[in-house]
Amino acid sequence: MTRGLRGLGLTFALAGCHGTQSMTEGAGLQGVQFSNLFTLFSAVTGFFYLLVIVGLIGGLILRPREDRTAEGEKAAGVGFMTWLGGVLLGLTALTVASYVADRNVAAATPAHPTLEVQVTGNQWWWDVTYRNADTGQELRTANELHLPVGVPVRLTLKSNDVIHSFWVPALGGKQDLIPGRTNMLTLLPTQTGIYRGQCAEFCGAQHAHMAIDVTIEPRDAFRRWWAAGLAPAVPPANPLAKAGYQFVMTRQCASCHTISGTPASGRVGPDLTHLASRRSIGAGTFPMTRGHLFAWVADPQGAKRGNQMPYVGLDADQLRAVVAYLEGLK
Amino acid sequence: MSEIARDGETLKGAELEERLARTWSRAPGLWGWITTVDHKEIGRRYIWTAMTFMVLGGILAAVMRAQLARPESGLISADRYNQIFTMHGTTMMFLFAVPVMEAIAIYIIPLMVGTRNIAFPRLNAFSYWTYLFGALLLWVGFILNIGPDAGWFMYTPLSGPQFSPGKRTDIWAQMITFTEVAGIAVAVELTATILKFRAPGMSLGKMPLFVWAILITSIMIILSLPSVALASAMLLSDRLIGTQFFNAFEHGDALLWQHLFWFFAHPEVYIIFLPATGFVSQIVETFTGRRVFAYPAMVLALVATGFLSFGVWVHHMFATGLPRLGYDFYTASSMAVAIPAAIQIFCWIATIWLGRPRFTVPFLYVIAFIVTFVIGGLSGVMVASVPMDLELHDTYFVVAHFHYVLIGGAVFPLLGAITYWFPKFSGRMLSEGLGKAAFWLVVVGFNVTFFPMHLTGMLGMPRRVYTYPADMGWNGLNLLSSLGAVVIWLGGLIFIANVFLALRRPRGAAANPWGGSSLEWATDSPPPPYNFAHQPIATGHTPLWDVTDVLPVMTGLRVDDREQLITTAIEAVPDIRYPSPEPTPWPLLSAIALAALFIGSIFTPWAVVIGAVPLAVGFIAWFWPKSPPSKEPVIE
Repeated sequence: MTRGLRGLGLTFALAGCHGTQSMTEGAGLQGVQFSNLFTLFSAVTGFFYLLVIVGLIGGLILRPREDRTAEGEKAAGVGFMTWLGGVLLGLTALTVASYVADRNVAAATPAHPTLEVQVTGNQWWWDVTYRNADTGQELRTANELHLPVGVPVRLTLKSNDVIHSFWVPALGGKQDLIPGRTNMLTLLPTQTGIYRGQCAEFCGAQHAHMAIDVTIEPRDAFRRWWAAGLAPAVPPANPLAKAGYQFVMTRQCASCHTISGTPASGRVGPDLTHLASRRSIGAGTFPMTRGHLFAWVADPQGAKRGNQMPYVGLDADQLRAVVAYLEGLK
Repeated sequence: MSEIARDGETLKGAELEERLARTWSRAPGLWGWITTVDHKEIGRRYIWTAMTFMVLGGILAAVMRAQLARPESGLISADRYNQIFTMHGTTMMFLFAVPVMEAIAIYIIPLMVGTRNIAFPRLNAFSYWTYLFGALLLWVGFILNIGPDAGWFMYTPLSGPQFSPGKRTDIWAQMITFTEVAGIAVAVELTATILKFRAPGMSLGKMPLFVWAILITSIMIILSLPSVALASAMLLSDRLIGTQFFNAFEHGDALLWQHLFWFFAHPEVYIIFLPATGFVSQIVETFTGRRVFAYPAMVLALVATGFLSFGVWVHHMFATGLPRLGYDFYTASSMAVAIPAAIQIFCWIATIWLGRPRFTVPFLYVIAFIVTFVIGGLSGVMVASVPMDLELHDTYFVVAHFHYVLIGGAVFPLLGAITYWFPKFSGRMLSEGLGKAAFWLVVVGFNVTFFPMHLTGMLGMPRRVYTYPADMGWNGLNLLSSLGAVVIWLGGLIFIANVFLALRRPRGAAANPWGGSSLEWATDSPPPPYNFAHQPIATGHTPLWDVTDVLPVMTGLRVDDREQLITTAIEAVPDIRYPSPEPTPWPLLSAIALAALFIGSIFTPWAVVIGAVPLAVGFIAWFWPKSPPSKEPVIE
């Protein structure tokens, strides 16, 4: 369990606006298996390291007597066979343990979980689509993942451009998103909480800014999030937001972004229907605050150089209006 | 026949040495410098160049550590950082680590097997120039802000024409071609030298362990480099002439690159590591005063590592979604590589137990090697396991792992080997005091830099990020790593100062200052151009320790012509004579023509056609038969 890792002093208290990205959390089946294996591997490899160091120090300090070299050679021969046997035994044990852990994960997760999520990698953001097999309903969001605790989920992983890698350390596992291929990853969250994941395969200029916020919550909370997510976007509430709405619908914005319940239906960029309910913007680049929304909309290239969103060139009034509208997209 | 001058009873001592020096010396001045085919001169040149690139790669590492010392640092941009980490990996792997191991072998192997020059010495000169031009291409590109920026592993499609427009990746791929040509050339020379130029009596079973390590390494280079040659050629043709090998949307396959690349790049790790084990074996032997324990087991461990290293490449690809059953095979083979490593570690420690260690600087580096490399080996056992690797892959844990393996496993032995052979290279001893100061700073700094990275990785920090948020819990560990890098650099500067201070002193090192057992210590420090006045004979595993007074020699080689003795491959029985080539400028001119062709081909495919003409001229002149032919048939 994670207790083993905590015992090794590897768990650090973390606070802040991000969820933790530590492997020691063990908030999913693979994460727990990893923690168990890490404890076992640390114990076995630590034991062998100790043997090497003790042997080395002994060799450096102790001097055999001149008249006993023949016995020394003989003892070294016996030691050699013992050492070789021990190494073989240790490696075999670790290989089998690794195999068993791998198969345990496969056995504990159903082949066809009811919850299916498609995650598509883009430079540099995550396109996330939930599908309800029963109702055919689809919920599209970006750079966030909400998962009910105790429910297996199958992620279908694809890429629109280069190779990315989906990795939420607390949940465990890591799987590449490869253009032209479809990879599957079945996860089983075991502990509620807020976690952070990050692209693990170098994917270009802003690889450092491709994070995903993961919320693992009780089933009720997940159902509420699901229901809210299916609802169309909140209409603009005040004149400023209405002006922003007009701008978004009539200018470049709508050709790339979808805001459900409005004419905006572009699929090149992230879905913005419930943008303001997310924890961060720009795939974890900034926390979701008014200031960062201003910065992003005013100059996307200044905020995250190289991303696909062009400089639109809004004047101050337009900027205030657009941000007012986006802030309302709860 | 009597008019042909040969060494022997009538021709020996100072007169022989004077005539041999006339035959084997190169012309003085610049002309001699560029036409030389002496393995020692080219080896020294290779070592200087490769070490220069280690310093340059180290400067890049320091810049990265400066950037990562603080979160959200604005010191350098994402674009610059990505170029820097790509250049760091590429420089260290292709321009430093593999070439420096080959370089030391170029210098030491002919001496250690007791011959007058390396096999194919003109190819050796050609190899050096090719390597130099490839390295300059990469670094000039970087300085002009067209350095590669898609990682030293250049995964497609990120490195393809769509996502890496411009010339950056082309420069990288063509630099690979240069280093392939150079690397394979040296591997062929070393294989031929080891198999055919050994001193009489040095059967395969009596070769020093360093010679065994270089033989296995050279064969591995010959078998693995074609894979990356193919891959980089396919990448270039995707980028330059519109093929679609790696484009999934035109029925290519992005993963094909990874298979071809790692089929080379994993053996490459052992291509770097095995020569280092050879250094360790020689140093342990000399400074414990006895043969390395269990010689047959040591040789078999080298051979086994060579074999197994070709069966582990998929452990770089556990997250790519290949079939599970296949993963189990590669887990097992990756675990199995630990067995020969464990055998070697045991044998070295047993040798220390059975011998009488002398704590000189080279030996200290061996101790540091065991202490650090074993940590890297054991964390390697961790990442060989699929469920473990799926967490640890592409995190700072892996950065820590392979720096423990490559710095602990290869750079520490290398620094030890340079200290050990420095008198042979230069005729001067390095200072023990400065050497020890550098040793402690480098080893302590290394651990302060890289041990915390295990924890940074476990806390979730991925590799290859130019910055990170402030509240992830990574700040302190990253700052510690950066401070450690400062300490490594201090040690590195002292090491460099030690070298330059030693070079200012007059020559005075003895032929065998450490009391070594192998044949390179039988000749002067530095050796004369002809290496040995008489062809030495190896009577056992430790030729210099086996004889009580004078090393047995064979006589009868010509002294008025560059002649070497070829022996049989297994038993090293004298077989035939070999006329070693004279100095010539054509390897340099051919390398210039080749460089023009390679660099031109980045800009137009026609460069291959047009550039072939000067290259052909260079090769024809290079291989033009000697006229008149040698007076004597070479077969005895």
